[in-house]
Amino acid sequence: MNRLTLFIPFALCLALGAFLFFSLGKDPLDLPSALVGEPFPEFALEELHEPERQVSTDDFDGQVLLVNVWATWCFACRIEHPWLNSLAEQGVAIVGLNYKDHRKLAQDWLGERGDPYQFSIFDPRGVLGIDLGVYGAPETYLVDAEGIIRHRRVGVVDERVWNEEFRDLYQQLVDDANAKTE
Amino acid sequence: MPKQSNLLPGSAWLKQAALLLLLLSSAAMAVEDVVKFSDESLRPRYQQLLEELRCPKCQNQNLADSNSAISQDLRAEVQRLLEQKLTDAEIKEYLKNRYSEFILYRPEVNRATWFLWAAPVVLVLMGGLIVLRLSRRKKNSGSEEADLPVRSTDQQQRLDQLLNSPKQGSE
Repeated sequence: MNRLTLFIPFALCLALGAFLFFSLGKDPLDLPSALVGEPFPEFALEELHEPERQVSTDDFDGQVLLVNVWATWCFACRIEHPWLNSLAEQGVAIVGLNYKDHRKLAQDWLGERGDPYQFSIFDPRGVLGIDLGVYGAPETYLVDAEGIIRHRRVGVVDERVWNEEFRDLYQQLVDDANAKTE
Repeated sequence: MPKQSNLLPGSAWLKQAALLLLLLSSAAMAVEDVVKFSDESLRPRYQQLLEELRCPKCQNQNLADSNSAISQDLRAEVQRLLEQKLTDAEIKEYLKNRYSEFILYRPEVNRATWFLWAAPVVLVLMGGLIVLRLSRRKKNSGSEEADLPVRSTDQQQRLDQLLNSPKQGSE
């Protein structure tokens, strides 16, 4: 018998070990996103500050923008908020999705911390949340000019995350959109 | 317990029993939210779906087990979809489109999961093959050994003698 075949089980064990070892480094909280590459789901909900105004994807107005899912009960949102404010100052369009919250609390919260949002979708029952596949807050979606979701971040978006995951893609999408309108 | 209650006057005993029943019933209701269906035949399907759908927030619990906010919402969503007369497959598809395959405890067979599904069969087949080859080799090598003149007839006789002798000795 060929002596090399004796090493087959050893090689198999090695391969399995390597596979398991590298799987250890994967973040189990990192869910595959079902909606990246899909259009932002249709919705018709009240605006947070103006209850009589109904907002929908039409209000995205063909902009490249961020949709930020937040709530007053979400602690990490407080950590994230200053960076969203500074992004808004830099001219990044952000739409808020106030998720499973109370209108008054949310309004006060934004009054205290500043409001970086062009407008805020008020979703007290989490209807749009379910359509988006939201399972916690904060979450942030990057939507292109055609209304397609291009990136999703579950968890805080701070300066580091922005630079690593969003900045280049955002810039590229903005350039694409500008090239098309010209 | 009966001893104690015997000491109580009739009405007090009744009161105690009523209180006890009340407490027990609340415990039974606390286990799961009360779900009402227009048609009771939906209930077993509801239970089945909750067992097979995974809570997206909590890694390794199904919707039936988990009491996280998102699981409560998704249970309500499943109930709503059932009432809308969607089939089980449609409900799973609906949730998969939103929460990705992560939510299915029984993943579909596709490019990413075929190996997962095939692995048990492949491993059993491989094991069977190895066992078959080993047993065949044993048989072959066994007959080869018999052909070899390892022991002379003298040696064999002596061996037989040695093997038999303790038996004789013990008697």
